[in-house]
Amino acid sequence: MTEQIQVAKAPVLATPIARMRTRDRRQLSISRQVVLQLLCLLITATVMFPLLWVVSMALDPRNISRPTDLSLIPPGASLDAFNRVLARPTLNPVSFAQLAFNSLFIAFLISVTSVVLGILAAYAFSRMRFPGRAFLMIAVLAVLMLPAIATLAPLFTSMNKIQVGTFNLRNSLVGVALAVTAGQLPFAIWNIKGYLDTIPRELEEAATVDGAGAFAVFRHVILPLSTPVIAVTAFFGFLAGWTEFYFSWSFLSDPKSWTLAMALNGMVGQYAANTRWSEFAAFAILVALPVAIVYLFLQRYIISGLTVGGVKG
Amino acid sequence: MTAIATVRAATPRRPGIWQRTRKTRTAYLFLLPALLVMAIITFYPLVFQVWMSFTDYGLTNLKSTAPPPNLVGFTNYQRILNNNIVLPNFDFVRILVFNLWWALSNVVIHVVLGVAIALLLNVEGLKAKRFYRAIFILPVVIPPIIVATVWKNMFDPQYGAVNLLFNGTIGALFKLPPVTLDWINQPNPIFQAGPFILPLAYFALLAANSWLGWPLNSVVATGALQSVPKDLYEAAEMDGAGWWAQFKTVTLPFLRPAMLPYAIYGFVITFNLFYLSYFMSGGGPFGQTELLVTVGYRLVAEQHLYGVAAAFAVFQFFILLTITIVTNRLGKATAAADA
Repeated sequence: MTEQIQVAKAPVLATPIARMRTRDRRQLSISRQVVLQLLCLLITATVMFPLLWVVSMALDPRNISRPTDLSLIPPGASLDAFNRVLARPTLNPVSFAQLAFNSLFIAFLISVTSVVLGILAAYAFSRMRFPGRAFLMIAVLAVLMLPAIATLAPLFTSMNKIQVGTFNLRNSLVGVALAVTAGQLPFAIWNIKGYLDTIPRELEEAATVDGAGAFAVFRHVILPLSTPVIAVTAFFGFLAGWTEFYFSWSFLSDPKSWTLAMALNGMVGQYAANTRWSEFAAFAILVALPVAIVYLFLQRYIISGLTVGGVKG
Repeated sequence: MTAIATVRAATPRRPGIWQRTRKTRTAYLFLLPALLVMAIITFYPLVFQVWMSFTDYGLTNLKSTAPPPNLVGFTNYQRILNNNIVLPNFDFVRILVFNLWWALSNVVIHVVLGVAIALLLNVEGLKAKRFYRAIFILPVVIPPIIVATVWKNMFDPQYGAVNLLFNGTIGALFKLPPVTLDWINQPNPIFQAGPFILPLAYFALLAANSWLGWPLNSVVATGALQSVPKDLYEAAEMDGAGWWAQFKTVTLPFLRPAMLPYAIYGFVITFNLFYLSYFMSGGGPFGQTELLVTVGYRLVAEQHLYGVAAAFAVFQFFILLTITIVTNRLGKATAAADA
């Protein structure tokens, strides 16, 4: 199944790579090889430098406030900074687990909402002709162009009016998730639609001939074929929630509902003079590593989506 | 017999309205959940925002029991254009000029670096290509908020890795006194011409965003490069075309259709890039690295001037609309030149 899509999706990419492998035997002269290798190593060094710096700070066992020199792996490297930051990342009495739970909650809500609503709408846009289609597609595109922050003020004031007992929608994780979804949903619709457009219609036509209605086709043909784009869109929704900052920072006031990104801001912002950089580094790694690993796994799908979507405009 | 035939022939031609709209109804059934949610959290706020922009909506109007704000006409718009809002160092024209230059300079660097490195990794016979490709994707997978906060500390005058690296290598080699250059807060601009001001912090932001931005451009360029038939290079070589002529006549026509939409996309993304400006420089020094998005954010989160913020967002909307129209025209014009 997946193989089929890959070929259907990136036919331009698939053939030349195969052809190139057979022709890649032309030798470079030694001097050229050395010069190009040095250039590549220089680029590698600039790419790796900030990453290695963070890792080495996080492993520093001295529990000092700031690093005074550059060393790849500090002598006596330890994971103490990770332990400290897991126990109490900020000045507030909130554990890393609590922060991570809040971020996870937002991330899952955004991810699920945007994918479920997104794929339904994308299917209609990709496969059906109906009055108002062009207008609605432009409406979605126009919103996609706006930065998420563009509706911060009205979302803040409107959500603040929704108060049930002690629950205020603005001052809640659900409210933040809703606000982020507003930016994420148009992206989900557009991204999934771009992918559905590349699935050949023959499969659906065969199912329709067999008597399947629109819903049956969606459930038994489209849905199974869309696994890669669902994974990618869900991941981007998750990422938006996991690293969300501006809505949570302006909406949430209770330290118990702080998120990872808000704690990170506390570690570098105005009042960061007392933050040990080893702890900041450990925290940054704990936030970045899980999503970086998933990104690397999904990389193939993300990039083929980028190039195909890009060429189509 | 005849009567039945006419009826039969007529029925499929004139189905009831319920029958005829079946497809439309199905389509809207699929769209309904998304449209409902977007109506509430996107379209309603957008319309409400326009109304808000004509009011003095502030902290006192927040509570659900609070009185509605007063209508003030175009006052908020005038205040923004006259730089008469509480935000320190606010200068609308200066920020807009800087914002445009910020997006343009970044995209040019991203595309040039991205294409150059894609070409480098496309050289036939280069060893360890796969290793380099795997390393060069790493900046893409780190969340931007992490990149921004890490680079902020990297540019710290005393303990930052950038100054330490310089002192440890070139400084040590030539026995220079330790450099404690304050990249972010150095007050004297490097370049100034009217409202166009580039402080040192801009170059620090540029460095960080270049690190972040070129790899994805390189990936897109690599995809395009691999679609160039090798025979074309051989043919060009036989015609005696040098390296540059080959690039111009063979490579570039294949690169352009892939890179151009991506560059436009990159321009809009960079134009609205919140994290680097907010976390690395905090908009400083003197608000000189502030972007429209960070100003809009400060108006809500720090100043609580919701009415002014709404008017500011309306300005932002029209600026982005103009950018979209102009870049689309440019994209089409160059596409036509290709054909």
